[in-house]
Amino acid sequence: MGIIGAPIARVDGRAKVTGRARYAAEAAVPGAVHAVLVQSTIAAGVVLAVETAAAEGMPGVLAILTPQNAPRLADVRPQAQLVPNPTLQDATVAYNGQTIAVVVAETLQQAEAAAAHVRARYRADEAITEMGDDLADAYVPKNFRNGMRKPDSARGDADAAFNAAPVQISATYTTPVEHHNPMEPHATIARWDGDRLTVWTATQYVSGARATLARLLGIDAGNVRVICPFTGGGFGCKGTTWPPAVLAAMAARSVNRPVKLVLDRRQMYTSNGFRPRTLQKLRLGATPDGQIVSLRHDGFTQMSLGDFGEFAEPVGLASEMLYAVPNAAVTHRLVAVNQGLPTYMRAPGEASGSFALESAIDEMAAALNMDPLDLRLRNYAESDPHENRPFSSKALRECYRAGAEAFGWAQRPLAPRCLRDGDVLVGWGMATALYPINRSAAQATLRMGADGRVFVRSGTQEIGGGTYTTMAQVTAEALGVPVGQVTAQLGDSAWPHAPVSGGSQTSASVLNAVVAAADALRARLAALAGLDARQVQLAAGTLVGPDGTRLRIDVLLARHGLDTIEATAESVPGDEKQRFSLHSFGAHFVEVQVDPAIGRIRIARHVGAFDTGRVLNARTARSQAIGGIIYGYGMALLEKTEVDAETGRYVNANLSDYLVPVNADVPDIVTIFVEKPDRNANPLGVKGLGELPTVGVAAAVANAVYHATGRRVRDLPIRVEDVLA
Amino acid sequence: MATFALTRRALIAGAALVIAIPRLRAPRAAPAATPAAATPAPSLISLQINGHERRLAVEPRTTLLDALREQLDLTGTKKGCDRGACGACTVHVDGRRVNACLTLAMRVQGRAITTIEGLAQGDDLHPVQAAFIRHDAFQCGYCTPGQIMSAAAFLAEGHDADPATIREWMSGNICRCGAYPHIVDAVRDVAISRAANGAG
Ligand code: FES
Ligand code: FES
Repeated sequence: MGIIGAPIARVDGRAKVTGRARYAAEAAVPGAVHAVLVQSTIAAGVVLAVETAAAEGMPGVLAILTPQNAPRLADVRPQAQLVPNPTLQDATVAYNGQTIAVVVAETLQQAEAAAAHVRARYRADEAITEMGDDLADAYVPKNFRNGMRKPDSARGDADAAFNAAPVQISATYTTPVEHHNPMEPHATIARWDGDRLTVWTATQYVSGARATLARLLGIDAGNVRVICPFTGGGFGCKGTTWPPAVLAAMAARSVNRPVKLVLDRRQMYTSNGFRPRTLQKLRLGATPDGQIVSLRHDGFTQMSLGDFGEFAEPVGLASEMLYAVPNAAVTHRLVAVNQGLPTYMRAPGEASGSFALESAIDEMAAALNMDPLDLRLRNYAESDPHENRPFSSKALRECYRAGAEAFGWAQRPLAPRCLRDGDVLVGWGMATALYPINRSAAQATLRMGADGRVFVRSGTQEIGGGTYTTMAQVTAEALGVPVGQVTAQLGDSAWPHAPVSGGSQTSASVLNAVVAAADALRARLAALAGLDARQVQLAAGTLVGPDGTRLRIDVLLARHGLDTIEATAESVPGDEKQRFSLHSFGAHFVEVQVDPAIGRIRIARHVGAFDTGRVLNARTARSQAIGGIIYGYGMALLEKTEVDAETGRYVNANLSDYLVPVNADVPDIVTIFVEKPDRNANPLGVKGLGELPTVGVAAAVANAVYHATGRRVRDLPIRVEDVLA
Repeated sequence: MATFALTRRALIAGAALVIAIPRLRAPRAAPAATPAAATPAPSLISLQINGHERRLAVEPRTTLLDALREQLDLTGTKKGCDRGACGACTVHVDGRRVNACLTLAMRVQGRAITTIEGLAQGDDLHPVQAAFIRHDAFQCGYCTPGQIMSAAAFLAEGHDADPATIREWMSGNICRCGAYPHIVDAVRDVAISRAANGAG
């Protein structure tokens, strides 16, 4: 094993365990004053008046921005990726908790106190506060996957094949609104120096924040710098530049001081998206020996009635390609309500969609009296049946095999309610994981000094995946230097462009750019030495020629009067998307213990086996895998944002009532990486790992609960009352 | 769940339609009984933090968490919820773990406060900090200072350090990145090596 893949400790570990890692709200910006949001208490209507007089008279208050007096933005067109509203540009209210004012004061305490004394008068309109089971107003997404995919797809004749199938499953599954809840709340510090804007903001996309701020504020992107050296978790809610970052910049301009705006936890439920509620109708038809002949997946997902752009949760994409089914139909519809705009949340589409699909497969296995793993293998897709293309690589069979073996799946009794531990019912369930391999254009710069130190720079982000570390590893291996000599720098829009840290694409995008920059640097060194770049290697601070002769790099640089040498390169996707179906895969095997007397469900054991291509760091990869699995536990058993139907207000918008997994909820988790570098996907052979492990967890848990209790739970989260005796 | 089967955007009859939005910073004096009158002035206090005396002016309502983060530039202590629900703000007061967001700064004068910045001895990490790095017991790192302060106190409190007990006692600290199994490994590792060294 080289440096790539080695389980080295995180290079930013020391900063994180000593408290020295500074997140957005923690930048030392002298003179910063504090902004606090005020949010609407109605779900639909118009703000008639924001009554600010009492608050304005309070100590320290500098300004109160309202729809009436807020600076006008240059461009407020809603766009799918860039959400400018609501930024106080008009008085319309489309959901409860929409920002209607920003209070700026000298201290945080003063701003919070004043915000509590701002009152609004409204004209309240009738509101549709929740997506219920009435789907009469459902509509076709206008901009599904940014126009890259069709919302509906079909092959063969799914309905005819279903009607003719001897074994049929037809079921409806629902998943609730869930909130990302990164531990770091959204935060922005904005400082103007003349017409130049510097913003420290909690983001998964510094370049995107720069572009959005420039466009909305009507200034040149070259005059905006966005800085974010550490992001305290995002899970999708920091991928888009949401209104609070824009409002901080507007407020800073109004008071002519740097402004710090940090959301409180309650506002984290109303200001930066959520996983939308879904209702999914699945129909499967099969022959008695387990060939699935028809699959129909109709997905309805929640949208906002506000004029905020569109987000359509792609719940059916996995159903299009996971199994070799000859007749399949998939549709996506939206149901708009008076709530905010939903957004990407860890494994958008696949996390919700796989709950329905992989539950339905389990229901079919039960109907066929067949082992659920055997049914999946019986319908294994050797190539992508939707795109009619080979997979770039697919080691799902190996994941099934390795996971089943580690779990002891072969011992599983077919019938439910067969396993017990005293009074506790025990159940074993499994499900498949999959997620697309994404990759975007990215740039990186490498600079090597005569002292052998190397800096690697890219305008990417560290959101927990270990980007500092993997950037250093890839650089070290490519340049033949120890990791300790490499300093990775990221999180600054002034540095070479990198894409959003979302869609599990950071490694495939940024690290391939690092490899390209290393090639460029080697070529420059070769040119200095008068050698052919294709024939030289770098090792231990030397340039190794084709005949094995070594030339010290410091000597080479000195000969040309140089202290350092630098190269920047861009790596762009090739035609792999046209040639291959690109996916990572995995399998979950779960044991649950259900106490029917008190309705307690505990996850007792978990084996996750993953085909993520090349593993860059065995230590941080395992962390991502267990983290993703635990995110799935929340989905399965705990998480649901509850809406008060009357007011459209979230009633559990805090971390006491919105339950997320804690340490005592989590068992030992075995992770297995079926490591097969995928060079068809990209030069490094990585497939992406941030979201894959979450996919399928909810279904595996629900399937295990069925196996333990004989009860099929089709609505997440699975509750005490679902399993009470 | 119930959904109103009503026409979207239909108006409630009789709603007032007078638009009256006040100007920014209305240039009139605040009425006599504004909340402003009820705001006590800041007072000067002294806190013992990480072995140093720090003097600062705080309002009675200022929490220890906001004093650390906003006034003393000790930003290692994190704010995750500000309501005592997540543990990100865990610090030690006289050796006990407390949520700094639920502690008023004025109330801890004269007490020994330790934050994550004061846990290491110079360049020598506290054993829990070193174990967190070894076991990769974090990802984004935002919950990490709170986890480490909790873990250090847990070990000092002398509980059994079997995995079930660690999980229970560490459940006041939320990690949304889901580093829990590695946190258990890290805490257990320190406990075992302490026991081996006879340090309890
Ligand atoms: S910030 Fe104090 S417990 Fe969450
Ligand atoms: S490491 Fe990110 S929340 Fe714990």
